[in-house]
Order: sequence, then structure tokens, then C-alpha cells
Amino acid sequence: MAFTFAAFCYMLTLVLCAALIFFVIWQIIAFDELRTDFKNPIDQSNPTRALVVPEYSIHGLFCLMFMCAGEWVTLGLNIPLLFYHLWRFFHRPADGSEVMYDPVSVMNADILNYCQKESWCKLGFYLLSFFYYLYSMVYALVSF
Amino acid sequence: MSTAGFNSQNGTGTGQTYANGPSQNPVALQQLPGVSYSMTHQPIYNPMQAKAPSPPGPGPYPSAPYQPVPPVSSYQPGPPLTSYPSSLGQPLLPRPPLSGPPSHTPPQSASPSPGPRMPPAQATPPPPAVSSSSYYPNPQQPMAPAWQYNTAPPPMGPPTSISAPPRGPVANHVNPAASLAEPRPPSSAPYSTAPPPRVSQSVTQPPGPGMPPTSMLGYSQPGTAPPPMNPMVPNAYQPGRAAYGPPPTGPPPIMKPAPPPTGPPVASATPPPPKGDGAVAGNGPQASNSYNHVDNKMAGLAQPGPPGRHLGHYPSLPPGYQNTSAPHGTSSMHPAMQAATQPYTQAPQPYQQPPGGPGPAQLSPSLAAMSLQSSTPEALRVVNLLQERNLLPPTPVPAPTPCLPQDLQKINCNPEVFRCTLTSIPQTQSLLNKAKMPLGLLLHPFKDLSQLPVVTSSTIVRCRSCRTYINPFVSFLDQRRWKCNLCYRVNDVPEEFMYNPVSRSYGEPHKRPEVQNATIEFIAPSEYMLRPPQPAVYLFVLDVSHNAVETGYLNVFCQSLLDNINALPGDSRTKVGFITFDSTIHFYNLQEGLSQPQMLIVSDIEDIFLPTPDSLLVNLNECKELVQDLLKSLPTLFGKTMETQSALGSALQAAFKLLSPTGGRMSVFQTQLPNLGVGALQSREDPNQRASAKDIQHLSPATDFYKKLALDCSGQQVAVDLFLLSAQYCDLASLGCISRYSAGSVYYYPSYHHQHSPAQVERFQKDLKRYLTRKIGFEAVMRIRCTKGLSIHTFHGNFFVRSTDLLSLPNVNPDAGFAVQMSIEDNLDDMQVVSFQAALLYTSSKGERRIRVHTLCLPVVNSLSDIFSGADVQAMTGLLACMAVDRSVTASLSDARDAMTNAAIDSLTSYRQSVLTVQQPGLLAPACLRLFPLYILALLKQKAFRTGTSTRLDERVFAMCQLKYQPLLYAMLMIHPALYRIDDLTDEGALNINERTIPQPRVLQLSVEKLSREGAFLMDTGTVMYLWIGRNCHPNFLTQVLGVPNYAAVPENLHLLPELDTAESQRTRAFIGWLRDQRPFYPSLHVIRDESQLKANFMQNMIEDRTASALSYYEFLLHLQQQISK
Repeated sequence: MAFTFAAFCYMLTLVLCAALIFFVIWQIIAFDELRTDFKNPIDQSNPTRALVVPEYSIHGLFCLMFMCAGEWVTLGLNIPLLFYHLWRFFHRPADGSEVMYDPVSVMNADILNYCQKESWCKLGFYLLSFFYYLYSMVYALVSF
Repeated sequence: MSTAGFNSQNGTGTGQTYANGPSQNPVALQQLPGVSYSMTHQPIYNPMQAKAPSPPGPGPYPSAPYQPVPPVSSYQPGPPLTSYPSSLGQPLLPRPPLSGPPSHTPPQSASPSPGPRMPPAQATPPPPAVSSSSYYPNPQQPMAPAWQYNTAPPPMGPPTSISAPPRGPVANHVNPAASLAEPRPPSSAPYSTAPPPRVSQSVTQPPGPGMPPTSMLGYSQPGTAPPPMNPMVPNAYQPGRAAYGPPPTGPPPIMKPAPPPTGPPVASATPPPPKGDGAVAGNGPQASNSYNHVDNKMAGLAQPGPPGRHLGHYPSLPPGYQNTSAPHGTSSMHPAMQAATQPYTQAPQPYQQPPGGPGPAQLSPSLAAMSLQSSTPEALRVVNLLQERNLLPPTPVPAPTPCLPQDLQKINCNPEVFRCTLTSIPQTQSLLNKAKMPLGLLLHPFKDLSQLPVVTSSTIVRCRSCRTYINPFVSFLDQRRWKCNLCYRVNDVPEEFMYNPVSRSYGEPHKRPEVQNATIEFIAPSEYMLRPPQPAVYLFVLDVSHNAVETGYLNVFCQSLLDNINALPGDSRTKVGFITFDSTIHFYNLQEGLSQPQMLIVSDIEDIFLPTPDSLLVNLNECKELVQDLLKSLPTLFGKTMETQSALGSALQAAFKLLSPTGGRMSVFQTQLPNLGVGALQSREDPNQRASAKDIQHLSPATDFYKKLALDCSGQQVAVDLFLLSAQYCDLASLGCISRYSAGSVYYYPSYHHQHSPAQVERFQKDLKRYLTRKIGFEAVMRIRCTKGLSIHTFHGNFFVRSTDLLSLPNVNPDAGFAVQMSIEDNLDDMQVVSFQAALLYTSSKGERRIRVHTLCLPVVNSLSDIFSGADVQAMTGLLACMAVDRSVTASLSDARDAMTNAAIDSLTSYRQSVLTVQQPGLLAPACLRLFPLYILALLKQKAFRTGTSTRLDERVFAMCQLKYQPLLYAMLMIHPALYRIDDLTDEGALNINERTIPQPRVLQLSVEKLSREGAFLMDTGTVMYLWIGRNCHPNFLTQVLGVPNYAAVPENLHLLPELDTAESQRTRAFIGWLRDQRPFYPSLHVIRDESQLKANFMQNMIEDRTASALSYYEFLLHLQQQISK
């Protein structure tokens, strides 16, 4: 029964993870609207792009905190996604002062499919990790 | 001949590549011309584009950011310009902060757009249907008043509300006048004297785009066509009516009024028979027959081309067809015999829609019959590419004809407008994947047409669920119901539609023009407007820096505009404006009442604003004199400028602000790299890398400023056309974005100089003339629909994709082409045919809302061999080129090159493995794909994709733009130029157009082997023609055509053939003139000798030959064979 730094990390990430889940759900809805013609790519892309950097930085924060807390297993689980985010961020189109989701190319079927798939996968990952964090938090709180 | 033989000749690799020795058989070739096809005849058919359901109003876009007027304080009256002494003193300050914004917003909000985007089409209108529709057979937009049967076309409202303030309830979208009037009133007081915009909305207004008939280079222009047409109409109808009485023989005639009278010069050349009557005769299968009347060209040659033939159809017919369609089979073999087949005119009757239109229901038996025929169709004849050398047909390659029953095929869309890479659609995606061929459409939706049925109707009949426009391929279940051919929903036929205005009969909905024409234009009622139709607005943004003045383009531009100022498409509301820029932005106040134009300079380029928002864009008719004054003085105004910087980005922003309230066209002339203010660019090209065999860098934009601005423009219905005249690197990859995403066009004149490059100057002049006077559609959207199961994967061209099937086109011009990649999402199991419909909704320059609809119908097949037999090699090449451009930008050039090579390898492998039953050695291809490797090789050697040859980055990027943006017809010339020998032109087989005899030399292979020192050869690369004179050229040709005594006297920079009064000269000039007439832009001509600098360019187009860095055709084939047999 101890309130360790690790426990604190898990509590914070729990909250933030919930935020990430909302972000991703928002993205899924946005892409779906695009596909079904309800929205114009310009309208869609602006808010979606605005969420990209916050999402990436929140996830980066997770990794940082787990590293500080010495939660190596959790960190290991997150590392692949961290690298994926870094790759995505640095491989954006040359002219993209903003990250990803270029309104002129997002309507390309391949890109749209990729974005949708990416969002679904992330949703799954964040959901699983949410419960994992919950479990870990409780475990950290009770184990001492 | 054996491959070994080839090797010995080729393999040694002297520069000359292989001379394919003995096999050359000139005689055989000459017989080939049997297949008549030529690109000239576009005029006949009217393909149009169709619909765009949702009005492109600015609404959906965030218009806000640009609305606010810049703070007054930031405005600086600018140094009075010395050049305009008298006017300078004018009070600029009064610029009212308010004036701008209020005027913009109203138009959008004022039109309460009563309808949702698309009101249900079938809202069963009041019964008086009988009178409510008028049908204009007349081709172009112009609606001749005389033909209007009843109600006035909806868009032309009573001009009452002219002076209504923007908020006034009066401002209704019905009245185009309102849009003009609205912005004005609120404007600043000092200018209130401006006369109220004149609104001449009367129906009698001459509809033509107002170009003098003479001006058009023979290209079919709206302006020219109409007058002749009108008189024609009655004639055209007569036969139609007669035909209607008795059973349904020939609806088609209605659709296509007899061509001859209308004829733009080119079109009229061909005799009417193939067209009017020929179509009825049901010679469906031959595209070239039904659309082009070139036939007479071949009339003398009865020989069907032997191996070289490329007809994509089945020569033999199923038993069931034998009686009815005898002409069908024969016609594909002997176009010349078409006339003879006409007696069969009535034959197709049995297949013609007994109850209603030619619906799919009736097709099944016939289709089944067709697919049953097992004899190898011509298109599938196996060709060993390594052995057959003379694959190139002597005439331009025709589009294959879909294997459809002839009654459907003869009303199908013209392949020049709407073409599919696979004329037989595979049933499933897996089948498509197996075939390894790209599936896609190539469109030229706004092509100039000499004949275009125009329908005015208060209700446009559309499917209730998918919004498809009614078209010839729907099926009528009974008199009152029709079944959509895209979504299969059953819809009611509105009462109004029961009346046929053409035959004036009731109860025959399937005879309506909408159901008889695959290409048709509707005049849209007010539900199709989000705001009142905008006036034609033209803004010219001119670079006047030192560099620009040096090139001397201003003179040419001003002179061209002066000459054509009355031919600008538009009506009484037309507005023009001018902005010039160097390191500052100069506006021109052209307010009526001023004694001379007043220049206003804004030097605060970081925060650009409009000094007098109301008087910079002025009504052309009211202020024509001021505009002319300005144009006369502009060239001298900056003669001594020493300003070398260019603030293009700010100028574009200013122009955007000026245009955003109305939308319109912005023409930007730029001569150097923009290097000041926003959007400044750095030179990224390393000249040493031009010939690099490795990857080419910097094909993607350096900044997203231009892209973002283009998107803003697109949202406000502004298109940006870019004219780049520069000797230095201008970073077209970045600048081009401004046009690409705003649906503009790009023109590039490398090393333009008024003295040093006369050919460029001439081309610039001619292009400008075409550019200024061609038809234009404003605030357009294009939607492409396809049968359930198919879906659109990617679009190519200049536009902004607004949703999965909707393109936003602020301007649409007749020279723009589009490509679409398709995928098959659901199996098309029990479908016999699928349809594609492209609908282009636009505002004409007369302020009418119009919808152009093209519908293409194609059969569905389930065997690989059928897919291969329907392959359209040119369309595939065009689509692959578009895909390769994308690939080179997103990945790398070498990736794109590999992908193209793989495309050839994959499709031929698939053919070999899945279709060929007997394996033979060699590189085998079906006859319809026999040119595929050649075209792929041509692409690899095209300026856009070549490596190892010195190519300037801008030229490469420009070639890429062109490949994506040009209609297929012209793109193919860029890819695979045409080579003719013209020193021995004869009248044999010549065309006769307008009493001019046009010789038709055969197309030669692009190999030095075909050249001879004794001849003169013309190479047509689309935008440039090279006339190569052999060293020992026959003196007769030199004196009679070039007017020089001997070879040594041929001038170095000859780009104009002297007009000599000799038969040879006339023939040559007629031929070159005829080639030029076939395209909207002006190809310049260069006469070259062995020593000419341009000889290298000429030789680079010899794509069958080996160069230091690229394979010869034969080597390429060997490479393919090696890969395939792996």
C-alpha cells in the first residue's frame, strides 16, 4: 500500500489515455464522414491535424514517465508506437508545415483507407493499454 | 525472321539501334490505311460532361479568414507613381474599411438556396408538362431563342432586381443580375457614381461565347458553331420525326443533327453519311466509324490492314447476329465499305428496345451471344513482338470499341470524351488483379463540341437515390417507371417527361433527347445554384520586374488582349482588373469617369490590402476605354525599371482578395523565381544533376504556401492560370501548386525572349489568343458516378477533390483532361453492363447554370481473355503516366520508372500465363496490347521520366503537369510523337476538308532507320513540330516548299514555311495546318538541319533507338522477355 511514483504515473496516464481514446474516436468519425461525403476535406483536415501533435506528445509523455518510474515492461509495450509516431512525424510530405492529413491527398482511396485503419488500430491499442494501466495502477498501489 | 538475326543487328549497339532488316515490307504497310481513324473529327460527337449535383457555392469553405479588411492604418498611399502624373493625386485614403466585406457575404447568405443541394428530381411537376420543356438541338450553349418552345429557361430571371441591395429580399438566385449588383451598392460613397451594372438578361441575348467565327484556328469553337447550326435544326429534325412514327427505328438521328452544315472546318470535311446515317446503320463496333467521318480518307483502300490492324472487335458474329449485324462485322474490317452497309439500316430493330429504351434487360441475350463466340478475336491475335516489327499502324491508333450490342454502342459516349482503359470491365477485383492492368477512366469533359443537344426543362429527371441523371442506358419498365442503371432503383417518370418536345408526341419517354444521347447538356434551374451565377471575371497579374521587361512579354500580352478584348467570353456583366508587381504591388483604378487609369502602389507586402476595393475590378463594357488605355501604356510604363525582386506571393494574395467576393479567373504571368515576401522560394536545382542517372530531387513543392492559397482560391471559386516565361529555374514544382489545386492551367515558355526566340513568341501569341477567347465555365463541380460495386480510387488532373466522387473546379476550360483510377469493391456478378456518368455543373460565361452529362456504358466480362481483348492501350498508357507522376513525387523517379516497366511485364506475364493456351517462344502479346511495350518505353524516355539526359528541372516538372492535365489525345502525342515523311506528299488517300486537300502520309516508326538523307521528315510532338531536312534532300522540295535553292541555304532558325504558290508547298502547308487545327494550342514549327541545335531534341524523340543512357526498343523487349520468362 504505497503511493509510489509509478502509481502516480499510472493514474496520470489513465486519465490521459482516456483523452487519447477520445482523440482517436474523433478521428475515426472524421474519416468516416469524409468517406461518406458529409464533409469537405478542408473542414475535416484542419481539426484533425490540430489533434495530431497533442496526441503524439501525450504519448511521448507516457514513455518519458514510464522511463522515469522504471516501468520497463510498460515502456517496452509503448516503444513501438513511439517509434511509429516519430517515423510518421518525420516522414510527412516535404511541404507539410503541418503534420499529415493533407486535404488535397486525403481523398485518395489508399491514403484514406490507411488513415482509417491506423485510427482503428490505435483505438484498439489505447483501449487495451487503458485497462492495462488500470490494472498496473491497482497493482502498484496494493503491492507494497 | 529469327531473333538471332535481330541480335546481330542490334546487339552491337552502334548508336543506330537495330535496323530491322529484311522484314521491312513497305507494300504491306501501305495497305494498312484501311483502318480509318483520325483525331480530327472530334466535332461530330458531343461529349459533355455532366453533372455536378451540389452547387459549388462558396458556402462550404471557410471564407472568413480573408474577409476582414486590413486596418486602414497599414495602408500606405504609396509613392506616387511618376508615370501617371495626373492621376496620382487621387484620394486613396477614403478607402472605406467597410466596403469590402459586406459586399462579399451577402451573395451567399442572400440566396436562401431554397433547395437542398439537390431537390428530388421527380417532384412531379404540374401537368402542363407538355409545354414546359424545350429542346435545343443546337450544339453549343447558345440557346437560340427561336428554338425555345415554351418557358424561358429558368436561370434567366426578370432583370428587375438590379439595384437591389444585397440584403434585399429580392436578391434571389434566380436572377443572375443580382450577383452583379449586390456587391456594388454598399461600396464606398466616393464611387457611388458608378453606373449600375447593366443587366441585359433578355433571352435574346446572343448566347455564343462571342468570338468571331473566324478566329478559331479551325478548332471547333462554340462561337463558330452556333450560327450554322440553327438553320440546320429543322432539317435535322425532319428525319427524326419521320422515324418516330413507325416503330422505334432510329432515335439516334435526332441526337446527332447532320454534321455537315454545322461543321467547323475540320468536321465538315467528312461526308455526313457515316455519321448521321451511318450511326443508324449500326456500325457500332468501330468507334472510328461512328464518330469520325474520316472514312473517305480510306475510301480507296479496300484492304483491311493485315497484321497491323488494331481493331478491338470480334470479326465474327454469333449466329444470332448474322442477319442483323452483318454490317457490324464487315465494317470493322472495311471502313470503306460503310456506305454499302447502309441498306442494313433497319436491321438492328429487333434489338432495339421493344418496350422502352435499350435497357440492360434486352441486352442479356445479345451479350451472351457475343461472349460465346470462341473464335479468336482480332484483338487477341497473338503477336510475337520480337519478330513483328511494323506494329505501328499507319494512321493514328483508334480507340477500341466496347463489345456491346450495336444499338447501345452507337449511342455510347464518344471515346474522345470518355474512355476507359478496359473496355470490358472485369467482374471482380481479383480478376482485375490477375489481369494486372490498370482500370480507370480518361475524361475530356468540357471539350469543344460542334454538336451538343441542350435541354431546357423545369425538372431534370434523376434517380431518387443516387442522383444519376437519366441517360440512354437506363431501362424503362413501362411507360411510367424507369430503372436506374447505376443503383438499380426504380423511379417514376415525371409527367413532364412523358412529352417529347422533339417529336411533339406524348407517351414516349424513351424517345426524349435525354434518353437518346450519351452526351447532353441541361440548363439548370435555380435549385442548382447556391448563389446567383457569377459574372465572368478576369484578373491579370503581371510581373513587371526588370527580368520581365527584358523578356518583352508585356508587349505581346497587351497587344493580344487588346485584339481580343471583345472576344473575351462573357456578357454585359464581365469584369476585368489588372495587378502588376515587382517588389511592390501595383493596382490600377479603372473606375469609370477617370480620365486615365490610376496606379496605386502598395509597398507593404507583408500585410497586403486593397487600396480601393471597388474600382479595381471594373465592368469591361463600361470602362473599355480605360482598359485599352492601360493596355497601351503598360509596356512602356516599366521600361526603365531596375527592380529585380519579385513578390509573387503577395501579389497572389492581393489578387485573391480582389476576386474572392465573386470568384473568377486569375491569370498570372511570372518570369522569375519569387524571392520576396511570403511564398519566396530558393533555387533548388543543381545544374550538374540535370543529367544524373540517379534520382531526381525536388519534384515536390518546397513550401505549402501555394497549395494553401490555391485551396483558399478554390473555396472562393477562383482559378489561377500560370504563365511561366523564364530562362532560369522558377521552381515550377512549388509554383505549379497554385494552379493544380485551383483547377487552373500552366503554360511554360522556357527561355522566352521577344528577340531571341521568335518561335516562342509566336506560340505565346497563339496560345494567348486561344486562352483569352476559349470557352470557360465558372464555379464548376464535376461528379463521377459509377454503377454500384465500382468505386473511384484516385483522381488525376488539376482540381481539388471535395469528396469521394466530387471535384471542385473553380474554372473549367475546354482543354482540360482528367483521369480517374477505379477499383471494384463488390463483385459485379449478375450485371451485363456497367455505366459511368460524369456530370459537370458550371456557370457559363453568360451567367447560365448548365449541366453537361456524359454517360459511358461498358460490358462486364468474367474471363481474362475477354478483359485482354478489351484493353485500350492508349488509355492505359495515359493512366499509367498519371500514376507514374504521382509516384515520382511521393516516392522517387526511379520507383516510378520501375513501376511502369513492371506494368508492362505484369500484364504480358499475366497474358502469357492465363490466356495463352499454346506456349511459344518469344515475347507474346495480344494484338490489342502490341503497342504497350513501345508506349512504356516512350514514357521512360519522355522528358518527365527520363534519366541520364540533361533535362532542366522545370521542364521535367512541366512535362509531368502536362501528362496529368492534357486530354489523352494530346498527351499521347507528347508520349509518342508522330513522324511523317513529307517530301513526297501525294494526294492519294488525302482528306478533303473545306475544299482543301489534306495529304495523309503514313505514320512512321520513331527510329533513325526510317530517316533518309534524301527526304524531309516532320515530327509532331504535340506542342512542337520539327521539320528535319536531309542533307541530300530532293532539290525539288527545297525550292518548291522551302523556297531555298539548296540545302546549305536553309536558314538556321526557320520556323515558318514560306507561302509559295506551288502544289508541293500547298500540300505541305495544308498538312501542317491541318495538324495544327486539330488541337487547341499552337504547336510551333522548327525547320532543322543536321547542324541545328535543335537536332538533339529531334533525335531524343527517336524512342526506338538506343541512346547512351536508355535501351533501344528491341533491347527493351528482350529485357521484358527475360523478366517474363523468369
